[in-house]
Amino acid sequence: MLFRKRKKIEGEKKDIPEGLFLKCEKCGELFYKNQLEKNLWVCPKCGFHFRVGVDFYKKILFDDGDFIKHFAADLESQDPLDFPGYKEKLDRAKAKTGLKEAAVSGLARINGREVVFFLTDFRFLGGSMGSVYGEIFYRAAQEAIKRNIPFISLTSSGGGARMHEGIFSLMQMVKTTVAVVEMEEKGIPFISVLTDPTMGGVMASFASLGDIIIAEPGALLGFAGPRVIQQTIKQDLPTGFQRSEFLLEKGFVDMVVPRKELKSVLSKLLDILGGENGRSQTG
Amino acid sequence: MKILDFEKPIYEIDKKIQELKKMLGEDSQLEEEIANLERRARELKEKIYKNLNRWQKVQLARHPDRPHAVDYIKGMVQDFIELHGDRNFRDDPSIITGLGFIDDYKVAIIAEEKGRDTKEKIWRNFGMPHPEGYRKAMRIMRLADKFRIPVITLVDTPGAFPGIGAEERGQAQAIAESIKLMLKLRVPVITAIIGEGGSGGALAIAVANVVLALRYSIYSVISPEGCASILWRDSTRASEAAEALKLTAEDLFEFGIIDEIVEEPPGGAHWDPHVAVENLKVALLKHLKSLLRLSPEELKKQRMAKFRSFGVFAEK
Ligand SMILES: [Zn+2]
Repeated sequence: MLFRKRKKIEGEKKDIPEGLFLKCEKCGELFYKNQLEKNLWVCPKCGFHFRVGVDFYKKILFDDGDFIKHFAADLESQDPLDFPGYKEKLDRAKAKTGLKEAAVSGLARINGREVVFFLTDFRFLGGSMGSVYGEIFYRAAQEAIKRNIPFISLTSSGGGARMHEGIFSLMQMVKTTVAVVEMEEKGIPFISVLTDPTMGGVMASFASLGDIIIAEPGALLGFAGPRVIQQTIKQDLPTGFQRSEFLLEKGFVDMVVPRKELKSVLSKLLDILGGENGRSQTG
Repeated sequence: MKILDFEKPIYEIDKKIQELKKMLGEDSQLEEEIANLERRARELKEKIYKNLNRWQKVQLARHPDRPHAVDYIKGMVQDFIELHGDRNFRDDPSIITGLGFIDDYKVAIIAEEKGRDTKEKIWRNFGMPHPEGYRKAMRIMRLADKFRIPVITLVDTPGAFPGIGAEERGQAQAIAESIKLMLKLRVPVITAIIGEGGSGGALAIAVANVVLALRYSIYSVISPEGCASILWRDSTRASEAAEALKLTAEDLFEFGIIDEIVEEPPGGAHWDPHVAVENLKVALLKHLKSLLRLSPEELKKQRMAKFRSFGVFAEK
């Protein structure tokens, strides 16, 4: 299901807008944009985590600031249902983000240790999962198996399965899970990092199947969108419902890790799960 | 009895035939007229049902008189023993699980049930499972795997329930784990979409070696209503959304997502439930016999390879 925002609901986040100044969506404080960027797009006053795209995560997590090698970069979405407006939406998303799809993957180094990293970008059709997304995930997992190195996914997928590819999108929930099973059988560590928002078919497949599951603070995480739930049960939702801290309390994520600490936490986990004894060089 | 708009002409002729038959004792000249009407009814049925649009098929898939999981279980499975509970939270009546025989073949059944009358519908939550429903299903899958019993799943749900409790208890995690477990099973798994295949809530019990669908069933990533409200902010344009989503059994067969369409009696399963039940039973037995020839490892491999192959993309 594609989750789409209409009127603003509690704590709902937006893409980073243009302009020199920026108001924190949570506490309302005004900041210089470069001040926020220096703080990794985390509000210095209240700790609110702004949504950032895949390039920013590459920059702050990878030793080289980017992939050493891209995987499956030539895949391109088709329009198997001839779905109204889909081709135009794809074109617009490509132009807006400079990405070919909502998902990217490649070989990266984290404190000297090689990993396969899979990331998704909310700005590209809500980070929704279509055929290409699923195939990129599958091939990335194969690379991790081939190289015998850990696999990390970092998701921002508000819509879950991409409506415009219909049943094919739904099937990607299984395809990505096939990849998870294959990694499990080969003893490949799989860490799932959930960022705002990770919902629907993405959350109900690989993203919930990590050996370790990490959430960024305040991320919206769950199966059904809060609006759908509200409309169904016709009552207000509890404060903090479906946020990272809520999932931690209910036992569905291992930890909530601020963006600033994400690289060092991943690095420590990789040291422990990553195979041979001893820490990495800079870990 | 609920009569859909496009079914009305058939019901009208049918009524006339019944009336004439009642008068037949007194006037044998009516015989010819009855035969004529019966021929016309047949032709009309054929014509109407051959030209149904996708939205009309959605309505058939959701038809209140359509046979449900309980009817198929009753009609196909002998010595059915229902098993309850996820051993963790509660028994979810949206999913029926149990053991029994289809002819001489032992089977484990996992089936979504919407309920028939208002009271039962509420009890079964209109066939919308909570996490504990999927966890009960997983319990039965593990049991079946352990004792080498083939798994048959019957899908009929608007979707997994969107509610506070469902989220608190990990709806997404339950569905993900169920998909993963189904991939790993070493017994034959056959799924039949008997009515409505609502997104992740259907998929969670539909990762099978063979996926069948009744002629007037649907299977979709999102409901036509949900799709319309996202696309056009107008849920009343569901019929257009149904066309766009290509969600009928015929569409799915063409896409290679399902392996076989199980025929329904003329006009749909609700006109003659016994025929629908018998057709499904025949199809299940056929596939079960052929899957039983595969080794446990081959069964798992076939399932993994099948779902790995789905997707349409270009590579440049
Ligand atoms: Zn703030």
